[in-house]
Amino acid sequence: MKPAPFEYFAPTDISEALDLLARYSDEAKILAGGQSLMPLMNMRLARPHVLVDINRLTALSHISLGTDGALAIGALTRQRAIERASLVQTHYPLLAAVMPALGHFQIRNRGTIGGSIVHADPAAELPAVCLALEAEFVLRSAVGQRTVKAADFFRTYLTTAIEPVEMLVDVRFPPWQAQWRWGFQEICRREGDFALVGAVAVLQLDDDAMCRAARLTMFGVGGTPVRPQRAEDMLSGQRLDARVLDQLAHVVAAELEPDSDIHASAEYRREVGGVVARRAVAMAIENAGRRNER
Amino acid sequence: MSAKQTIRLTVNGRTYEQTVEVRMTLADFLREELNLTGTHLGCEHGICGACTILFDGEAVRSCLLLAVQAHGANLTTVEGLAQGEELHPLQRAFHENHGLQCGFCTPGFLMTAVALLRETPSPTEAQVREAISGNICRCTGYAPIVQAILQARGGG
Repeated sequence: MKPAPFEYFAPTDISEALDLLARYSDEAKILAGGQSLMPLMNMRLARPHVLVDINRLTALSHISLGTDGALAIGALTRQRAIERASLVQTHYPLLAAVMPALGHFQIRNRGTIGGSIVHADPAAELPAVCLALEAEFVLRSAVGQRTVKAADFFRTYLTTAIEPVEMLVDVRFPPWQAQWRWGFQEICRREGDFALVGAVAVLQLDDDAMCRAARLTMFGVGGTPVRPQRAEDMLSGQRLDARVLDQLAHVVAAELEPDSDIHASAEYRREVGGVVARRAVAMAIENAGRRNER
Repeated sequence: MSAKQTIRLTVNGRTYEQTVEVRMTLADFLREELNLTGTHLGCEHGICGACTILFDGEAVRSCLLLAVQAHGANLTTVEGLAQGEELHPLQRAFHENHGLQCGFCTPGFLMTAVALLRETPSPTEAQVREAISGNICRCTGYAPIVQAILQARGGG
């Protein structure tokens, strides 16, 4: 028997789950897909006294597009369901394209969007994508509900703004803009592994590669995903030619403040961070070109 | 709520009803309670893929699930592949292509490949390699495994 003993609850409605969180607070852990929590419990790095298994809360598994084009995804929606959803592929291509990078498909079959966001691994792709797309998270407790922006949600390593009595119920993405072009790049040791360093670029581009606005999100470079401000400012109002892209790599590398760990040194992350940022922006430009050919 | 719960589930077409400790993983349940020891445990934290099974038709890591979570589920393990003495086409292909040496990782590779071929009946070599990237083999160097899965295309 690997996990330490715990009390197990599998509520069938949301209010029941929230009551359990209110009662047990930080003694309780929510079990969703379990792809991060179960390894921690098997190794006894996590020993929750109470496990609230939310897999029967089917109301939390849904994907819907508002009339304004905003995308809402229930926290318990499996990562594999999101990448397979034609709604996401058509209206939110970046999100669909990033999903396969989250983990091996056996992991994505169980792993949920909410679990990945709340776990907040600094090398995880979804928090970075949420930051780039300025997503909002709906957090509910037994006494109320609040909405937190991605920029205010991720605090540091594995730490978010969520309170022990709260549960993430909904992830909301603002409407995808027709003029947005996106790029996503990461360096992993093995397909599906956590990234050493990665970058998400969302650019507003004119036909001649003139950049009107830029959002660049880097991950695997510190406690949370970050948007390097100087790099974003540098791209806006510029025609994105090879010279600008080379300059971008230097600006990003200078702006990042990564830590060293067993997987990569800070120096490596800074340098490679610049490279993946350049590649992500180049990919966004290429995506734009492909769009124009049609 | 208590430390033990009774679960009812189907494994390889057979229905079981069993009382289990809530903290028992599904992999341990299959091996120790049902004696289905074909499902192997390597890392027990979701990296090696040896414990891969089908859970309601989808490939999952059985070491990252609790047995109680399989209440009402329909599971297939490696023991469910062969029809009597007749090997599953993937098992035959692994045999013919030397897709295994020590055999420890084989059940996980087989279940992963079953899931792949169900969804993508004619995968390219690149698709095969991506699909098995979550399974670790320390003997073969993967080439014969890829070969075996390619041979079994369309026959699974």
